[in-house]
Amino acid sequence: MTYTAAALVGFGFAILLDLVVLRTKVLQRKGFWAAYAIVLVFQLLVNGILTGQRLVVYDPQAVLGGAGPRLLGDWRIAYAPVEDLLFGFSLVVQTVAWWVWWERRARRARTSAGTNTASRRVDPTVARRSSTR
Amino acid sequence: MLYLAVMGACLLVTLPLEFVLGARVYRRPRRLLLTLLPVLIVFLTWDALAIHAGHWRYRRLTGVRIGDLPVEEIVFFLVIPVCTLLTFEAVRRLRPGWWPADSGYDASPTAGDGP
Repeated sequence: MTYTAAALVGFGFAILLDLVVLRTKVLQRKGFWAAYAIVLVFQLLVNGILTGQRLVVYDPQAVLGGAGPRLLGDWRIAYAPVEDLLFGFSLVVQTVAWWVWWERRARRARTSAGTNTASRRVDPTVARRSSTR
Repeated sequence: MLYLAVMGACLLVTLPLEFVLGARVYRRPRRLLLTLLPVLIVFLTWDALAIHAGHWRYRRLTGVRIGDLPVEEIVFFLVIPVCTLLTFEAVRRLRPGWWPADSGYDASPTAGDGP
């Protein structure tokens, strides 16, 4: 498998995780895209240093472009292979999805604990299953 | 050292998001840890497979390793998610309207002070 193929798999995996598996649906929130736009600018900068300074070197057989880091062109953006955009997107989406998932889980446990006067200490897994949402 | 210096700069630049804009990421260590764990598992696996397949390799690292992995890689997959979450939470504090009330999100400053 090339990095190009792996990056596409990682891209798809992150989307599935957010929309189907965890159903956090951060991809449907304006706030997520605003944050992603900011992260992307810094990704290009940081990745540009790491690849431009050749701290990370890519096999030309594994990417769409050649071996040489170029500022732009030959499937490179800010020295990094275009595949890195999918890799970075996958990392950002998975991180935010898990973060929101743990938050939602905690809130549901609290809501459930609040309405259930019988027990103050509710097992979060039980609370989640019994939640009406 | 350049690699680690860049990672350090990322943490430094994003620090005000926590303490000036009130992102509250470092102050939720349990949730942060639970978030980093699955992300680390997925991406360290990807990284190890990619190095094995020769997709990319590293140069001029410190040479310090944790197991088979260069310490820089582990630092990368800790630092970048933390910076991402700080950005995400800062945007959320500044633009609560971008998280509709019916979406299951709560943009109030104390939202999700759980784990």
